[in-house]
Amino acid sequence: MRDLFLAVLLRDLKLASRRRIDSLLPVVFFIVALSLFPLGVGPEPQMLRDIAPGIVWVCALLASMLSVGSLFAGDLADGSLEQMLLAPQPAIAVAAAKSAAHWLLTGLPLIVATPLVGLLFGLSGPALAALLAGLLLGTPILSLLGALGAALTLGLRSGGMLLILIVLPLTMPALIFGAGAVSNVEAGLSASGHFSLLGALLLGTALGAPLATAAALRISTE
Amino acid sequence: MNSPPLRLYTFAAPSRFYRLAGRAVPWFWAAAIALALAGLYIGFFVAPTDATQGEAYRIIFIHVPAAWMSMLLYLVMAFWAGVGWAFKARLASMVARAIAPTGAMFTFLALWTGAVWGKPTWGAWWVWDARLTSELILLFLYLGYIALVNAIDDVRRADQAGALLALVGSVNVPIIYFSVKWWNTLHQGATISMTAAPKMASTMLTAMLLMTLAFWAYAFAVVFTRTRAIVVEREAHSGWVAELVGGRMHP
Repeated sequence: MRDLFLAVLLRDLKLASRRRIDSLLPVVFFIVALSLFPLGVGPEPQMLRDIAPGIVWVCALLASMLSVGSLFAGDLADGSLEQMLLAPQPAIAVAAAKSAAHWLLTGLPLIVATPLVGLLFGLSGPALAALLAGLLLGTPILSLLGALGAALTLGLRSGGMLLILIVLPLTMPALIFGAGAVSNVEAGLSASGHFSLLGALLLGTALGAPLATAAALRISTE
Repeated sequence: MNSPPLRLYTFAAPSRFYRLAGRAVPWFWAAAIALALAGLYIGFFVAPTDATQGEAYRIIFIHVPAAWMSMLLYLVMAFWAGVGWAFKARLASMVARAIAPTGAMFTFLALWTGAVWGKPTWGAWWVWDARLTSELILLFLYLGYIALVNAIDDVRRADQAGALLALVGSVNVPIIYFSVKWWNTLHQGATISMTAAPKMASTMLTAMLLMTLAFWAYAFAVVFTRTRAIVVEREAHSGWVAELVGGRMHP
């Protein structure tokens, strides 16, 4: 099971390294979408500081959901997904490896780009640290739930939009606690409660979502 | 022809369900109309005017039962979808799909009446109150389910994928509810709440219960009618449907 997990994970990373521009798209989308907000709401520093945590989270959500749609599409098209599911190891390893690959290729670059965004929006040091910690705990949840949505909408005509409609309501708790942690730090309060809840959400999702994704893959490829 | 012995699964056969539901639907409609008339009469003419909210509170006779139904129907839908998936029971999957539009309608009704009540009471059509927000997210969950099952052409896959989504959604509903509630208390402080109002007069309670029963009867009537339509659609190739429509569907 561990071998299958590692094999799928390394294969996805290798494929991404061969298509470098493609793998950069989510993080570019993230920064471009974020830089639209000051143009839309005006450049007052205080307002930008207030809305920064929320819009960083919303843009991270959208960047994850837009990129997760193609997670299984290529493997379905060339038949390798069916071969992976035929393997004697449980499909849950495939689901977990795909989610992990998506996080490494999308979630992690977003976190690396966030200090830059912090500069653009004038976030203070502690607030930026809270934002980064929240994203570190929260973006794996987005990848895990996104993989479930991608498996359910595999090969459908309106897959992209549908995936967003299905997954976004499920990700709302992560958004609430991730953005809430930064607001708490800015108000001078402790954010440890938010981080504990985000961590609990991450653990629960990591246990449940690959199971559901594996079931969804079986349903969709039958 | 002898009728087969009656067992627990007798009405799980689509053909028998079709006949039974067809006979039950008019009764449910009659019950829904009678109960709604009685409930609305008591609610609008008998129940006393509320001391703090005036006449505007009377919307709760529709709002509260609709909100109850919206949450209950999501769980019922997830239950039947799960049964249909786990036991390959065709009828259970059809019932789950028939429930979804009614559940979404009740959710919308609860939101709409909530807005109408909020305008005179809170002074705004929409307040990001914890209950309103989680009801809105429930509407999104219903819409996601309906969109998913309609986007998949293969009936079997649509039923199973819908069941998985409904089950994941029902696990998430409490998590969403409590996170929204917590978010709300952090951002707004104490909002005006209905639960803080003084105890309800018994006529108000009677009216609310009557309306709840009316909505139950309505939900049964509509869900059975829709299930009958789905049964005929999916079983169009079978002999009993051909007999039903007098051999017109298949030569």
